[in-house]
Amino acid sequence: MQSSILTILTFFPLVGILILLLVNKNKHGSIKIIAFITSLLIAVLSLFIYFRFVPDATGMQFSINKTWIGSLGISYHLGIDGISLFLVLLTTFLTPLAILSSWSAITDKVKGYYISMLFLETGMIGVFVSLDLFLFYVFWELMLIPMYFLIGIWGGPRRIYATVKFVLFTMTGSLLMLVAILVLYFMNHAFSGTYTFNLMEINKLPIPLGAQFWLFFAFALAFAIKVPMFPFHTWLPDAHVEAPTAGSVILAGVLLKMGTYGFLRFCLPLFPNAFIDYTWLFSVLAIIGIVYGAIVSIRQVDIKSLVAFSSVSHLGFVMLGLFALNIQGVEGGIIQMINHGISTGALFLIVGMIYERRHTRLIEDFGGVSKKMPVFAAFFMIVVLSSIGLPGTNGFVGEFTILLGTFKSNVAYAVIGALGIILAAVYMLWMYQRTMFGEITRPENEKLTDLNLREKAVLIPLIVAIFWIGIYPTQFFTRIEPTVKSLIEDARTKYEKNKLLDQSLKADYPQMEKTVLID
Amino acid sequence: MDWVMPAVNIRLILPEVIVCFFAILILISDPLWSKENKIWSAHLAWVAVVIAFIVNLHLWNFQGTTFTDMYMVDNYATFFKFIFLAGSFLIILVSMSYLKREEILHGEYFSLILFSTLGMMLLASGFDLIIIFLGLEIMSVSLYVLTGFKRNELGSNEASLKYFLMGAFATGFLLYGIVMIYGSVGSTNLEQIINSIAGSETGSGLLVWAGAGLLLVGFGFKIAAVPFHMWVPDVYQGAPTPITAFISAGPKAAGFAALLRVFLFSFPTIKPDWTMIVWIISALTMSLGNIIALAQTDIKRMLAYSSIAHAGYVLVALVGGGAVGISSALFYLLAYTFMNIGAFTVVIALGRKGQENTNLDDYKGLGSRSPVLAILMTIFLLSLAGFPPTAGFMAKFYVFSSAVKTGFVGLVIIGVLNSLISVYYYLRIVILMFMHSPQAETERISLAFGTVLVLIISTWFVLQMGIFPQSLLGWAQASVSSIF
Repeated sequence: MQSSILTILTFFPLVGILILLLVNKNKHGSIKIIAFITSLLIAVLSLFIYFRFVPDATGMQFSINKTWIGSLGISYHLGIDGISLFLVLLTTFLTPLAILSSWSAITDKVKGYYISMLFLETGMIGVFVSLDLFLFYVFWELMLIPMYFLIGIWGGPRRIYATVKFVLFTMTGSLLMLVAILVLYFMNHAFSGTYTFNLMEINKLPIPLGAQFWLFFAFALAFAIKVPMFPFHTWLPDAHVEAPTAGSVILAGVLLKMGTYGFLRFCLPLFPNAFIDYTWLFSVLAIIGIVYGAIVSIRQVDIKSLVAFSSVSHLGFVMLGLFALNIQGVEGGIIQMINHGISTGALFLIVGMIYERRHTRLIEDFGGVSKKMPVFAAFFMIVVLSSIGLPGTNGFVGEFTILLGTFKSNVAYAVIGALGIILAAVYMLWMYQRTMFGEITRPENEKLTDLNLREKAVLIPLIVAIFWIGIYPTQFFTRIEPTVKSLIEDARTKYEKNKLLDQSLKADYPQMEKTVLID
Repeated sequence: MDWVMPAVNIRLILPEVIVCFFAILILISDPLWSKENKIWSAHLAWVAVVIAFIVNLHLWNFQGTTFTDMYMVDNYATFFKFIFLAGSFLIILVSMSYLKREEILHGEYFSLILFSTLGMMLLASGFDLIIIFLGLEIMSVSLYVLTGFKRNELGSNEASLKYFLMGAFATGFLLYGIVMIYGSVGSTNLEQIINSIAGSETGSGLLVWAGAGLLLVGFGFKIAAVPFHMWVPDVYQGAPTPITAFISAGPKAAGFAALLRVFLFSFPTIKPDWTMIVWIISALTMSLGNIIALAQTDIKRMLAYSSIAHAGYVLVALVGGGAVGISSALFYLLAYTFMNIGAFTVVIALGRKGQENTNLDDYKGLGSRSPVLAILMTIFLLSLAGFPPTAGFMAKFYVFSSAVKTGFVGLVIIGVLNSLISVYYYLRIVILMFMHSPQAETERISLAFGTVLVLIISTWFVLQMGIFPQSLLGWAQASVSSIF
């Protein structure tokens, strides 16, 4: 049964773009409203998908599979499961908030800005729902173009450097992933006789262990750069700091998750042997990311770059959970992906609000702000606590589950990882104290106005989500668990099967070995 | 003495006859037009191309040889002729306003373009090395003159002379190669060459190898492969911009048409031997083209080096070989024609009489001066860089898949890394257009109808071949059936 709801979800932003193209570029008000309504409609549609989602089922739901470029075996295959459901919801949820927050922030080239945002939304949703390797790649690359413009045109002083670095870094990984996709395509043909890019088909392919190593690392590189894992994280601080507020929100909130999503959706099912054999490497890198990201955050003088480095640290946590490879670890990782999106998205929004008022993000330029902006300070505090992982907030749920899973697989990793929580408290609370508490040290801060209605409207949904996930996460876990369970079980089964088959594969399907001939 | 009409199937050569007829007609009729009506030569030219295109459509899925097996009309040739005719059509449209602006509106220009197209069509259909040589010469001599068309400008003259000298030299190599093959095989017909090489024990002797190598040199010059690429930057920069666009699209495709046919049809038995050489040439061409393009400050030179790099990508298809190799090369050349001509059209639109405005700094702020032009240029540049969902991505993907299929993953890795390098210099222009403010005083850019039409057609195909490539892809794949 083919469902077209995901198609509508993915391409509806283009409808918004078409409408915007017809609007005169000087009618800023109309442009902002049209963009916001479009993204809001998409959010409502995704809620509809959420309620129709069957929690206990494994496998893809709402799928659609049509031939796109038949002669090459490329299909238009979309589907959603427990892993991607919440990521899609995160995307559709954050985009209207990001658009709403830009209403006062962006005053120049407004039409192009909102068109880029909507275009970005199409790309992001597309990445999370594609089940065809070619289609996935198209959306993955497609996403870069609007992000490039968002940072490069509406960003900060070093925006061009930041955006070029961002594009080149990301493309390096993804181009190597393209080669790996091609190799998989021909390997699959050598094995099964059909030319296809369909992920479900290629999942059935037993890949020789030697080839798995290379293919896994080609994919892993692309995703590791996106996450970003140490040592490929150097693009992140520049891109995050220079991007406009909404750009940072989307970048941190959604784009980074695509890396972790990629590991779960592609690396684990396709290359279980390489994945499982190398969990140690990625766990170590994740831990380095956690601790290093946290320590560097402590030293930051710019709030935005502090938050940017904290992203490295938090996503290290997610990776730690994913590579624990047990139910708690992976579930915790997925929940933490959502949590990070919410809390770091909120942090960037908050930084944006204070920046709009004072046009500086340096910690030393603030101090005692809570006296003048109490509502703002309250929201800020809640988000900071969520980022630290205080029980009752979403951060705790994620981090606790991750540590539970990691503890089961490797105690040492868990202990060092837990250090990250302590360090997070250090840099977050210290930053908060220096900016919000104490006396008002700068005279400019005397004139600060508190949040207006629109800004409250932007933050309140995020606060609600923080508490909802923090207090009642069950409904999230019930939808994630079946998919994660089957993912891990399938991976482990394939792991054993591949090991047994490896020898005979070389004999039975000599063509497969040929496609990985590197000369 | 009775004169018997040679047995020539007119239907097969009808497109060429039409093009030739109109070319001569323009030459004859041009002096008859008054100065204001010189544009009618241009109209005759594009009408010729359209008629030839329609006739060519009727030749699709039709195979036959004529001129005693020297001239082969099959899907392969017909597809290439579509590429040439489409390219010529676009260039003629763009040239009309350009020539008026530069005040060099002479009818010979269009006649020469038609003759050049004729030469390209001979190259695609040639089934005999002599016909291939003939086509090459007709195409090239017309181009030498066209390159120097701005005869009052030193750059144009220099470009023309360089092109001519180096082209003549390369043609010499080509002829010498043909001679060697003839000496070894006893015929210049491609079919007999393959039969001879495959049949005899010592078939792939030294003469054949040497001949093949020299042929590679000759063709390599035309497609601007390293190390035969030295003429490209200067010629591309000096020639009138529509001719630059023309040279980058049509003749390159024509050179590939002949190269692919000769090497994949006549020399497949010694393929393992020449594959390694072509591998090296391909890697060098891609890398050198992309790396040097990084340093350019003139957009015509930058696009010149980029077209060298693109030739490298198509050579990857030659290395891959097989049916996929050929169809991917065809698809790539078609996509390349549109995106390159599109990009050059924007370059042309920015110029003024006597002031070409081809420095990269002239693109600053184009986003605010003319947003539509800037966005279209962005689409063309993204396609050249190989971003989805453009034709350039689809074409590169397809070409790389042909190489992965036969196991040349290393070359594909070099290819994607080169794509990455190219992203930088293509995006640099996008940065200049959108993220900088315009320099000094800038005038409004007005576009002639022909230019607008070319931009629309190019953009349409660049996007269509990227998002819904199925139809054109199917055509490209149907083109190889005649070869294998």
